[in-house]
Amino acid sequence: MDFTTHVINGLGLGSIYALVALGYSMVYGIVQLINFSHGDIIMVGGYSVYLVMSILGLPVWIAAPVAIIVCTLTGVIIERVAYHRLLVHNAARISLLITAMGVSIFLQNVFMLFFGSDPKAMPPLFTSTILKIGSLELASSTILNIITSVIMMSGLQLLVNKTKIGKAMQAASEDTEAAKLMGINTNSVIAITFAVGSALAAVGALLYSNTYPQVRPDMGNLLGLKAFVAAVFGGIGSIPGAMLGGYALGVAESLTKAYISTKLTDAVVFGILIIMLLVKPSGLMGKNKKEKV
Amino acid sequence: MHLLETKDLGIVFGGLQALNELHMVVDDGEIVGLIGPNGAGKTTVFNLLTGVYVPSGGAIHLEGNSILGKKPYQINRIGIARTFQNIRLFKNMTVADNIKVAMNQNMKYKSLTAMLRLPPYWRQEREVDKKARELLRIFDMEDTADQTAANLPYGQQRKLEILRALASQPKLLLLDEPAAGMNPTETKDLMATIRDIRDRFNVAILLIEHDMSLVMNVCERLYVLDYGTLIAQGPPEEIRKNEKVIAAYLGC
Repeated sequence: MDFTTHVINGLGLGSIYALVALGYSMVYGIVQLINFSHGDIIMVGGYSVYLVMSILGLPVWIAAPVAIIVCTLTGVIIERVAYHRLLVHNAARISLLITAMGVSIFLQNVFMLFFGSDPKAMPPLFTSTILKIGSLELASSTILNIITSVIMMSGLQLLVNKTKIGKAMQAASEDTEAAKLMGINTNSVIAITFAVGSALAAVGALLYSNTYPQVRPDMGNLLGLKAFVAAVFGGIGSIPGAMLGGYALGVAESLTKAYISTKLTDAVVFGILIIMLLVKPSGLMGKNKKEKV
Repeated sequence: MHLLETKDLGIVFGGLQALNELHMVVDDGEIVGLIGPNGAGKTTVFNLLTGVYVPSGGAIHLEGNSILGKKPYQINRIGIARTFQNIRLFKNMTVADNIKVAMNQNMKYKSLTAMLRLPPYWRQEREVDKKARELLRIFDMEDTADQTAANLPYGQQRKLEILRALASQPKLLLLDEPAAGMNPTETKDLMATIRDIRDRFNVAILLIEHDMSLVMNVCERLYVLDYGTLIAQGPPEEIRKNEKVIAAYLGC
């Protein structure tokens, strides 16, 4: 029974990783950029919730949409201000990567300037109870995480596979130049991708601050890095891969905490990444890219 | 007024004049060939016409309006669609989706409507699906609609590229070596189909081709490029006898 509980707790944590990993994977799929500022979107979301709930004292049903809107706008503004010109002029990928790190440092320092570097506690978004299912005892936040992530991901699947913007995203990620010549405005496709990725990260931020009710300017660092590991583990560029990678990582972390050592969780997470890169560098669901001859 | 007209069109790459003062016109419903030895600048012309390259000088008009400075997707929407020399399908998408994605700019529903599956979504989706399958029928490919594009045989991938270009309802269709890699029988079929497409879709066609039998049979007029310069133009029977053209091809 203990084992099942740990697995379900792992899925709850993995849901957050999965939601954030999707943003990494979608952006990578379209512009081959590892958006290292994506983790800080969670931090922006966290502080939005803190501002609305702890400072203004407003309820969660106002905080949630505010956080999602703020994160979405932040994502799109980052794309327009920091990456857009580089993308348009076909800059080297390494320039994009360094820019992404710069954006990350910038965001963290701006928030440190305004809010200080100390952690701020905030009330949990939803009152937490222990649910008893059979002989299992689970925190309500765990269940909430899992259900929310499943709903968000089903919505994303519908968006990507059944709508014209989703098909345009797929086309742009396969061949951006050809997509342009078929009448697809790839610039707006890229902006929408950043918006959707950031909105999902905002939901991740909501779940995260519900589970761990405090915010810090550097809270996006490790969380973002782990979500990135999840995206690579699942096969970066693949949406189902990012979900799978997120859940897998969450479960691995939870089991390590339970059976090996709490101190070793991060080592295990990054160890998994190293093993995956050695065994199947394209990730669980990734495809090996054929070189053009 | 010509459908397409270029004046003094040229582009320089580094120190190389890849295309030099090209004057070219294509009228409604014409099938025009663009030929020349390797490296003559034929694909460069296509890249200029579709906005992939920005010309160093000259003008391009479509139905009298300049298209200079327009982005590739905008040029596609106002009526120029193309295929590629090396096939560039969206290989992991289905055959039908490849066509639908090019039709999409004509669809009016919003993404939210689609996610909630409201009636306008179903109506338009059905309509687009029907149109995509109708297009596939031109090449007898309707039974491949739900396959992944990567799984099609080579000849059909080439055909699918043409259909995808047609799906955006162009006024001018640019075909970059449509017969490349096809066997003589397939090439012969293709000739008939190119004429058929022109008649059925009321579209002008500009094509690059190395297969001389196709060019001479299908095209009503030809332009011949060599080292980025126009060396001859006219009906196929004249081009065949043109000494400059013969020299360019034989390298004398």
